[in-house]
Amino acid sequence: MSDLPMPSLAPDAKTLTRRALIKRRHRFNTAMTVVSLVMTAFVLFTLGTILLTLLYNGLQAIRPSLFLESTPPPGSAGGLANAIYGSLVMTSLAVAIAAPIGIMAGTFLAEYARNSRLADFVRFINDVLLSAPSIIIGLFVYGVVVVSVGHFSAWAGIIALAIIATPIIVRTTEDMLSLVPDSLREAGAALGTPRWKVITSISYRAAFQGILTGVLLAIARVSGETAPLLFTALSNQFWSSDLNAPMANLPVVIFQFAMSPYEDWRNLAWGGALLITTAVLALNIVARLFAKGKK
Amino acid sequence: MTLTTTGPTSSLGDKLSTSEKIGVKNLNFYYGQFHALKDINISIPDRRVTAFIGPSGCGKSTLLRSLNRIYEMYPGQQATGEIIIDGENILKPGADLTELRTKVGMVFQKPTPFPMSIFENVAFGIRLYEKLSRSDLEERVHWALSRAALWNEVKDKLNVVGTGLSGGQQQRLCIARAIAVKPQILLMDEPASALDPISTAKLEELIEELREEFCIVIVTHNMQQAARTSDYTAFMYLGELVEFDTSEKIFTNPGNTRTRDYVTGRFG
Repeated sequence: MSDLPMPSLAPDAKTLTRRALIKRRHRFNTAMTVVSLVMTAFVLFTLGTILLTLLYNGLQAIRPSLFLESTPPPGSAGGLANAIYGSLVMTSLAVAIAAPIGIMAGTFLAEYARNSRLADFVRFINDVLLSAPSIIIGLFVYGVVVVSVGHFSAWAGIIALAIIATPIIVRTTEDMLSLVPDSLREAGAALGTPRWKVITSISYRAAFQGILTGVLLAIARVSGETAPLLFTALSNQFWSSDLNAPMANLPVVIFQFAMSPYEDWRNLAWGGALLITTAVLALNIVARLFAKGKK
Repeated sequence: MTLTTTGPTSSLGDKLSTSEKIGVKNLNFYYGQFHALKDINISIPDRRVTAFIGPSGCGKSTLLRSLNRIYEMYPGQQATGEIIIDGENILKPGADLTELRTKVGMVFQKPTPFPMSIFENVAFGIRLYEKLSRSDLEERVHWALSRAALWNEVKDKLNVVGTGLSGGQQQRLCIARAIAVKPQILLMDEPASALDPISTAKLEELIEELREEFCIVIVTHNMQQAARTSDYTAFMYLGELVEFDTSEKIFTNPGNTRTRDYVTGRFG
């Protein structure tokens, strides 16, 4: 055994098999590239088709009356002004409630509680809430708010949307604050900076773009939610700015109108769908720009 | 001459030409269960540069980080014993950390400019404890940046973000930020380890200048740097203070064989 033969220097047969092996790998590589490309094309095709269908069907509805008139009874002209208003009001109030709560909770997790058991527990619960189906949250708010108050209301819708938005903001805030290096916090503390000031003046500043991106993504997410609003804000055929009354909103109006037998309603539904999609797309692009600015 | 009463290092007392600024007595430090510093006694003089040297993991950074209790940010790290600064034991419960840190500034291994303008970086610490008029504030920022030998390079771009500077400039910005609040003690944790030779030379010149006004404690891996910049050197090994003496003595004729082996490059 001590005299192991020197490995033979690449006899022809072996060279050939190795060459064959390399060739096979090249072929496999090409095949995989093609498959990946086809799949990517398929995804893009789906997305493109959705956007094109929306544009094709929705553009006809985009005219001044869409923004100026309220939802019409079947057979007459009208717009989506009340639903647009309702969506704007409910989304912004929901995020106005969710953002401070979410940012504070995220700050607690990333800055104060960091490695504690409580933080692990809260993080887990938050992740559960993050992936909870929105219809469950709608049902919950229906049971707690709508039933006890006795009627549907914009507030109930706002609460449901806020509950959906909060865990998103908690998560992104925590993630973004965790990316702030501890060396910055140490440098702040080493100057005699009180802890709250280190957080507000240094950590927040360093993570600002990321946190803002999280809030924008939360807006994008809740602005398309339908299920929780069906149970809570319901909808309203008329213009209403009363937060204690049912309020029209784009997703529910689309839901009702799209399945109706009336053509003008269906046209309006397409218009609304185009509006939401454009808004969400715009928010995503803005969020992306902010995230890019970070680097 | 006030040093003659302190612990095992007191033999140095006669040679110290200035008064004690920091007195460490029986300091023990723990990272959870790990006993990182063992019965450290050292007397650090005012208006001089004192260097801590030793191989990685010997506890030199830990000792430095005890002097402003920055370790308090992390749970599970604790120190026992006494660290006397200006007659007060900073380790005693109830000692005000923010007040302590206004007195004891720190510069870190990696430059840590805050995500704000150069001016704001320096003004940040000043604003925490002093209400200055705009012109006084500007004057102070000017003073700190000049003291840190950075003024000429940044005077035209004070509103530019601090993170846009080069590594060496960032480190000098951090020094300016630290001295802007007029601390009495300046702790430096391997301040040159992330810098190129030219920036390092500038930093060392700066330390040379600042020694007149501050009590400077510097941790370094680089023995030439310790020899060049410091008046006194402490050699640490495995959590113990092996030898503390004038740098001249440590680097030419150390009393301890482990010190000799280390400074001559035989280990570590």
